Amino acid sequence: MAIAKKSVIWGLFAAGGTLTAFVFPALIALFLLVATGNVPEGLQFGQFHAFASSWLGKACLFIVLFLSLWHAAHRLRVVAHDFGIRKDALVASAVYTVAAIGSVLTAFYLIGIG
Amino acid sequence: MSRQPYIRPMSKTTWYMRNKRYKVYVMRELTSFLVAFYSFLTIIALAALASDSPDRWNAFLASQQGTGMTIFHALALVYFLFYQTFPWFKLAPKAMPVYLGEKKLADSYIIIGHYVAWVIVSAFIFWLAGVI
Repeated sequence: MAIAKKSVIWGLFAAGGTLTAFVFPALIALFLLVATGNVPEGLQFGQFHAFASSWLGKACLFIVLFLSLWHAAHRLRVVAHDFGIRKDALVASAVYTVAAIGSVLTAFYLIGIG
Repeated sequence: MSRQPYIRPMSKTTWYMRNKRYKVYVMRELTSFLVAFYSFLTIIALAALASDSPDRWNAFLASQQGTGMTIFHALALVYFLFYQTFPWFKLAPKAMPVYLGEKKLADSYIIIGHYVAWVIVSAFIFWLAGVI
């Protein structure tokens, strides 16, 4: 059972790492464009709302956010250890809880769109 | 184990400062804060979108504009590329070695494949967002 649990966490971590490596530079670049005041057409209310209303759009957004949250949680747990915080059980429950809350919020908001 | 094991004195908080490899490792691990930050920023964006109100969405976009945010995102982008994306591609052949029969596919093919896929994925996202 211990091995099975670990492989799930590891699988989410690896999938999230690959996904963030591929997707996040473009995501950050979009936030950068918005910050400079050049909001791209696809991020105007009508277009982005239509994208997030479609099932494909919802699925893409959910998968990206869900995997990124679990990836970040798993790595932040290790970062805490690296910076001298040795209460792993506490840290683990904190970071995984935050990831779970983020995933639930993502699902909640996505269902509410459209 | 010996009865008096030698424990090397080591700082729990600054151990990685002694060695360049450890420093790079910690620099890389810090990108997890960026992953968490941008995930929650996107969730906040979805919350604004879920209100189904264009005004609320435009207010969110307006709140994200400014010189400070521009500088932050620009630095975050460069940091993320050099400490997450590129290192992840570099270690891909070690994490997922590809065998063609008995022969192992050269690392460079796997790494180049990742860069090509990354350009395509990024172009697709920019196309979706109407940037290109």
